[in-house]
Amino acid sequence: MSSHTNDTTNDVSSRALSNLDLETPAKPYLDSNELIINMGPQHPATHGVLRVILKLDGEKVLGTECVIGYLHRGVEKIAENRTYAMFNPYIDRMDYVAAVSNGLGYCEAVEKLLNVEAPRRAKYIRVILTELNRIASHQLWLGTHALDIGAMTPLFYTFRDREEILKIFEKYCGARLTTHAFRIGGCQYETYAGFEKEVKHFLTYVAPKIDEYEALLTTNRIWLERTKNVGMISAADAIALGVTGPVLRASGVQWDLRKAQPYAAYSEFDFEIPTGENGDTYDRYLVRMAEMRQSLRIIEQAVNRIPEGPIMAKVPKVIKPPVGEIYHSIEAPKGELGYFIVSDGSTQPYRVRVRPPSFVNLQALDRMVRGLLVADVIAVIGTIDIVLGEVDR
Amino acid sequence: MPSFIMSYLGSTVTPGEAGNQFWALMYVLIIFAGVSVAVMAMNWLERKALAHFQIRLGPMRVGPHGLLQPIADAIKLMLKEDIIPANADQFVFWVAPLIGLLAAFTVYTVIPFGPSQAVSDMNIGILFMLGVSSLGVLGIVVAGWASNSHYPLIGALRSGAQMVSYEVAMGLAVVSAILMTSLKTGTGTLSMIGIVQSQQQQSVWFIFKFFPLGFIAFGIFAIAMIAETNRAPFDMAEAESELTAGYHTEYSGLRWSLFMLAEYATMIAVSSIAVTLWLGGWMRPFPNLLHAPMWDFIFSLFPGLTFLCLATIAFIGTARMPAHSFFRIQRIGLAVFAALLGFLALLLLVIAVAGRSADASLAARFNEGIGYVYWFVLKVAVFMYLFIWYRATWPRYRFDQLMRIGWKVMLPISLGVLVVTAIVGVLVS
Repeated sequence: MSSHTNDTTNDVSSRALSNLDLETPAKPYLDSNELIINMGPQHPATHGVLRVILKLDGEKVLGTECVIGYLHRGVEKIAENRTYAMFNPYIDRMDYVAAVSNGLGYCEAVEKLLNVEAPRRAKYIRVILTELNRIASHQLWLGTHALDIGAMTPLFYTFRDREEILKIFEKYCGARLTTHAFRIGGCQYETYAGFEKEVKHFLTYVAPKIDEYEALLTTNRIWLERTKNVGMISAADAIALGVTGPVLRASGVQWDLRKAQPYAAYSEFDFEIPTGENGDTYDRYLVRMAEMRQSLRIIEQAVNRIPEGPIMAKVPKVIKPPVGEIYHSIEAPKGELGYFIVSDGSTQPYRVRVRPPSFVNLQALDRMVRGLLVADVIAVIGTIDIVLGEVDR
Repeated sequence: MPSFIMSYLGSTVTPGEAGNQFWALMYVLIIFAGVSVAVMAMNWLERKALAHFQIRLGPMRVGPHGLLQPIADAIKLMLKEDIIPANADQFVFWVAPLIGLLAAFTVYTVIPFGPSQAVSDMNIGILFMLGVSSLGVLGIVVAGWASNSHYPLIGALRSGAQMVSYEVAMGLAVVSAILMTSLKTGTGTLSMIGIVQSQQQQSVWFIFKFFPLGFIAFGIFAIAMIAETNRAPFDMAEAESELTAGYHTEYSGLRWSLFMLAEYATMIAVSSIAVTLWLGGWMRPFPNLLHAPMWDFIFSLFPGLTFLCLATIAFIGTARMPAHSFFRIQRIGLAVFAALLGFLALLLLVIAVAGRSADASLAARFNEGIGYVYWFVLKVAVFMYLFIWYRATWPRYRFDQLMRIGWKVMLPISLGVLVVTAIVGVLVS
């Protein structure tokens, strides 16, 4: 062991091994050293199979290291031997709680590559379903985040209401979670009879329910103590780390791709970008709650103004985009979801690279939790809102 | 033998005080069985109540409305493989749940269910109770240590720190209640029975004494006892979402169930302390104001009427069950259960009617005893419900916040209440 010198001071796990060094002089009897803990991959609060190696001084977090890849399925590689249309359902398996958003990003990216544009009615349908999915995603986030902090009940409330959204999805395309709702060039399915009525009913149903979630948490003393000034990240840090979505907006940066580079039909709607001030867990909570309300606004406008017309653009049966590359990104519930597609002119993409918001946002974890306690790590993992299917792809 | 039994039933002191070994043993057995059954009932109730807080049904499959779920769980836990991790300290690992269980059950030796319905009337009852109930934390700390694993260790550390910060405030709140016992007589008492009796002498539950002083002391105790029993929102020692299962992460099967048994038994025990100290223990409402024999009779009907209510609910449940043949056995089961409750109700009502004369007849003695136990259990049940309610509503405090509240908020307040109570007590008397 003596020849073994370890320079990788940041590598927590190798630090642990170096503690076993037999050459070190005898330590005093009452020795204290850091505790290295594996949080995950099997852990109730890491939202799947995230493994975080924690270096602790008592309960204080000295450093973290995320180990990812337990859910890696090679989605990007799969794309290289599927046709463009065949790859579309795989996309849903990345962020499986916001599958509709994933599909929207991919379809729009390929449409851009093909230089076609979806008809206006299709765009409206896309906006309605995507915003519904944003609410569903935020509801799932709220439930699990509250559960992580110890409040069990919001989880059941949010799941009850998320069910209504999933029912609409199921009626529209037959699937609840991995919807495969959109096709390249528009939508496969026309809306079902009573779609608009049901969506409108959902709007009136869910608005008071969001107040109900807030009644449980927003002014709750324990909730405030657990979330205020926890997991702070400054706007500069967030931008430097590439953080996007509600996490970035909670730090006070008004950056939302729906406004910054409008896609689908977002430029036609009137809505606000909620932002926070402190960039702490509480602000991220408030931002997401406000976003749910803004989504309701968007859906209301869209469903009232939904135009008649075709839902599918003229797209060749065999999709063969011209040689070239494209980067297209949308505002998924968790942040900027980007697709970089390289076409070699064949029926299959040469390379698809996904920029998943969860993966990039997860990088901020270490910055956020250093110096906090173990309980805060859980709160911060929850507040970043990661889906491991998207982190690992 | 009957004369032996009757000799006790005629006396008005606890078996321990009377030196009556036979009845003391009987009481221990009755309490052991009673608490175990109460824990099972609590298990079912918590799951049902929690479920209804959370817009779901809870256990519905094992027996009608999941009534047999605790039994199924107990059998499952007993049959499960009992794992001791290879690197654990075997002996300590084995003994840890027993420490917790022992502490939880020992407390009941001084809990007075009535003026003579207790195992013993120890003259330092409350001190004994505080000492033994805080011993339960030792079981948790030792379990975390013996597991030789990170999460249990952190859970144990949290539990130890938590106990240290809350025991002090809890003790001071208790002292301010004990101070109140000395008001009429000039000499206070630490005896659990004596504390309730002095509340009767002063015609006031100590929660309303020197309002709001008694109320604040009670509030401090009510918060501290949640921390003491490691229940939400102070359940940091097991904090499922943080430490997987905290101190009992490595435990399984029967050993794990002993921890659960100890936890629930401790919950009942600390609620009993609160009821004894502040809520008039076994006394029915307004024992001094409404003391006419008529009122005695009316209040003695309560136990029977409660069971009648439960029986009615069960019968309604039977009637509302779907008519499908799939539910036939469940329907029969619930009907039998309802009939059993109804029978108990009838029995209690008969005793209440038969024992309405305040003489020393067996029925009157029984009637009196049932009344004491009923009011005591009812008050404790309210606390049990509160425990569930807290768990459904609140997020979990963080470790350092809990310590801060314990030392910086609760300790000064309880000290202040103690001092002010003493001053007011001197001024009044």
